[in-house]
Amino acid sequence: MKSFAFFEPTTLAEASRLFAEEHAQLLAGGTDLVIGMKAYTETPQSVISLQRIPGLSGITTDGDSINIGAMTKVREVELSADVQQHHTALAEGASEIGSIQIRNLATLGGNIAHASPAADTVAGLLVADAQVDIADADGERSVPINELFTGPGQTVLTPGEIITRFRLPSPASGSHYIKHKIREVMDLAFIGVAAAVNLDNGTITDARIGLAAVAPTPIRATAAENLLRGNEPTPELIERAGEAAAAGCSPISDLRCSAEHRREMVNVLTKRTVQNALARATA
Amino acid sequence: MAKHPVALTVNGDEHDLLIEPRKTLLAVLRDTIGLTGTKEGCSTGDCGACTVIVDGKAVTSCMVLGVTVSGKEITTIEGLASDGELHPVQQAFIDTGGYQCGFCTPGFIMASKVLIDEDPDRSEEEFRHALGGNICRCTGYTKILEAVLKAAKQIRTST
Repeated sequence: MKSFAFFEPTTLAEASRLFAEEHAQLLAGGTDLVIGMKAYTETPQSVISLQRIPGLSGITTDGDSINIGAMTKVREVELSADVQQHHTALAEGASEIGSIQIRNLATLGGNIAHASPAADTVAGLLVADAQVDIADADGERSVPINELFTGPGQTVLTPGEIITRFRLPSPASGSHYIKHKIREVMDLAFIGVAAAVNLDNGTITDARIGLAAVAPTPIRATAAENLLRGNEPTPELIERAGEAAAAGCSPISDLRCSAEHRREMVNVLTKRTVQNALARATA
Repeated sequence: MAKHPVALTVNGDEHDLLIEPRKTLLAVLRDTIGLTGTKEGCSTGDCGACTVIVDGKAVTSCMVLGVTVSGKEITTIEGLASDGELHPVQQAFIDTGGYQCGFCTPGFIMASKVLIDEDPDRSEEEFRHALGGNICRCTGYTKILEAVLKAAKQIRTST
């Protein structure tokens, strides 16, 4: 690991000023950054730890809204009763990251700021319609999660901007996440699919589908969502939603699997997550 | 680069150290403090050999910068035995032969200890899943799982 200067600011403004400098990196849980620094793929001149800044960690409720601080460990997200009940897909996604030892270090903010299209929490945040609160030395702004990513490893964050919090506005009556993978733990997703639905008298009043690792950024399957919304769930309708989700993604072939396999599995797993979300909504 | 003062507690002993920022907690434990029971396996967080307990949570110490643990309480494999008696998890690994070359053993024991402390009633399947972050290069998983279940049972019945 190359040497670097280490900072532990106690305010967001100070952290933002340090982070706006060139060759600076933020340290949250460290599970990506420290490994990258060991491999010399990350060679920051300064590392700014966020752990001494108050208010960045923890899960709180505000009416229907659940707020998750960016420095909250993904293990805490996974085990939170509120998240499990109202945003099941996010709790399931968090539980799919690495191992317990890694989830005790890794943070929700880090998983998202790293902007991997395959991040396990991203599909759950997409179907929760999460708002991402961002701060810098001058103030704050908020971005919907589906507008945060611009490419692999790329976000709309400007130099010095720091993710502070995720706000999950309203609970879904049922949601589910499936990670398509080989190993039970310690694996990266071939693809990740989340669905969240609201039902009223047997009609789907809202449907949200989030897809990971099937496009340069995590995406919503809006064509599939539009098919479902306002209709009664029938096997034929869910079949068409799966096909629409597959048609709307743009996967690549890599050493993990082929683009064709990814696209086919988007079809299969979209149907499955929608069915499971519906089952949970009526349970 | 400038070294940073770090005050941490390891196995009940307080240490005031000056640490270079690029040193991992694993390196601090092994090289600075001299506690070599914690092992370095893959060094990328995949194998769990470096598992230690920080403020009650099992973490892979190879992924933690030493400068970030100031004020925290760390327990390593050397801190489990008390008054000359092995911890029940350690004893169970011996009794069942839950080790072969022994390199993964400290990591497995530290991860298992927290799991049993949290919930000794976990099923075999749940323990197996929860220990997925620990790898045994001798592939001695059957005996390791036996050891964990034996220790869990003992701790369950003694509390």
